[in-house]
Amino acid sequence: MPEFSLWIAIVTIVVVMGGILTICAYLIYVERKIAAWVQDRIGPNRVGPFGLLQPLADGLKFLLKEDIIPDHVDKLLYLVAPAIAIITALLAFAVVPFGPTNIPAGEPPYEFVIAPGVDIGIVFVFAVTSLTVYAIILGGWSSNNKYSLLGALRSSAQLISYEIPMGMSILGVILLTGSLNLETIIEQQVRHGIWGWNIWYQPLAFLLFLTSVLAECNRLPFDLPEAEQELIGGYHTEYSALKFGMFFLGEYTHVITTSFLLATLFFGGWDFPGVTSVGGLLGIILKLIVFLLKMSSFIVFYMLIRWTLPRFRFDQLMGLAWKVMIPLALLNLVCVMVVKEWDWHPLWLLPVSLLLFVVTAVVAGWWPRPPKRVLTVTRGHERMETAVS
Amino acid sequence: MPIAAGDVTWVEEPQIGVLGRLYLPAIITGLQTTVRHMFMPKVTVEFPEQQPILPPNYRGVHRLNRDEQGRVKCVACYMCSTACPAHCIDIVAAPSPWPDREKYPELFVIDELRCIYCGMCEEACPVDAIELTSLYDLTGLSREEMMFDKEKLLSVFDETVKAGTDPIRTKRGRLSVASEPLTANS
Repeated sequence: MPEFSLWIAIVTIVVVMGGILTICAYLIYVERKIAAWVQDRIGPNRVGPFGLLQPLADGLKFLLKEDIIPDHVDKLLYLVAPAIAIITALLAFAVVPFGPTNIPAGEPPYEFVIAPGVDIGIVFVFAVTSLTVYAIILGGWSSNNKYSLLGALRSSAQLISYEIPMGMSILGVILLTGSLNLETIIEQQVRHGIWGWNIWYQPLAFLLFLTSVLAECNRLPFDLPEAEQELIGGYHTEYSALKFGMFFLGEYTHVITTSFLLATLFFGGWDFPGVTSVGGLLGIILKLIVFLLKMSSFIVFYMLIRWTLPRFRFDQLMGLAWKVMIPLALLNLVCVMVVKEWDWHPLWLLPVSLLLFVVTAVVAGWWPRPPKRVLTVTRGHERMETAVS
Repeated sequence: MPIAAGDVTWVEEPQIGVLGRLYLPAIITGLQTTVRHMFMPKVTVEFPEQQPILPPNYRGVHRLNRDEQGRVKCVACYMCSTACPAHCIDIVAAPSPWPDREKYPELFVIDELRCIYCGMCEEACPVDAIELTSLYDLTGLSREEMMFDKEKLLSVFDETVKAGTDPIRTKRGRLSVASEPLTANS
């Protein structure tokens, strides 16, 4: 258990919270720019050079906008919901490492984690992010609006369904490492350099975790709860100004946290061949940069995926979680248990995972389902009616 | 009326195949398209630094044309005002001071705010007097300011001809029938 210093903890908290909120604001800018480039247009480029002051304008807008509380809402729940959203999102970041965590004893005792040495790291993150469901349900319920309620119910069903594959897919990584502590997981991967990264041993778990985390963050292709085309605004229809901003900040904080988690669990955190052996202050800075680069590439990937895949329908969404991802996560766990029991080399897991993935696709083809037929009535060459049976 | 069996076609849903059910190959193809679009040239026209390229028959602000002697071509025949669907053209005719015409417009006011910029007046005019230019960024500080009278419309002509953006459009290079000077035979 590393020694705990109050001042260092407070300073870290202030710096990290400030950093996260600023990064959230700029993530909105990055999202708009990437969205624009993908759509063959230029993003915001009027406010400041290349639009870099756009988040400032957005922040000021959220702060100064008129804060409307509709008449028939449940006041307490209405005000509490966005608070819960942002509190749980920021709290989950307490155990996530964002820089080098193995600084040897001679150096200044600084860990790039807000709460170093928490042995239940992963479980803490999952537990706290599960509380976000409260924010959404309370927001939808208190809004006194049919569409908000529907959005909230859909969202809560989606979130709790995807928490299960999220937790289960990680179990393989945890078994391989032998600890829930996020710093230990990084250390264990660092021991073998780039070939120690968990992505080589658990590619299927990576895929499952990536999908679950996209669903947890309510991002496309799983953003049915906030789909503007379907539910007006979903659970945040009735919110204006800063409360709406808090929901958004909460969502982007989840994106940041889960990007860090993906980098930590599967890609060795701050590890990179050539950078790990560099010591001293330069080493710390390089490792920090490596970690941040990995995190940002995941964030850019999230944003690109948003503009690539169509939205899942609600029944397809639930079917994917319960019928595909949970069995796959279970089978993945069984494979890891077998490898650990008989002490085989973990690299066996790579072909086994890929085989599992392909077998799932094959089995899905043979799954009993009546073929969809489309009835087309033609008179001459005119199509008169079409019905799906 | 019952549907005859011969008119019905059953179409089976095409099978997705193992590669399709893996989803990943399709997602990767999709991502390639997405990333390719990120590096393609952008279609945005950054107004006001860049002006859009307008088609040659763009319908913008009206103008009253002048003939070679600098007189207004309009003969106050009221065809444009009759054709206008929005009733925005106001003409008061008067005997013309020139010997080769009967009438000329003493007052010619177009309410640019009522106008729907359909171009019917341009099509209706027999003497090619009224035309729609390619000026689109029209602003004014009051409703009265936007009712363009004859002088304003003629000034639009002077400006657009000088700027070279909207050349004079007469048919076959001649003035049309009603603008020709009266001869002894007609």
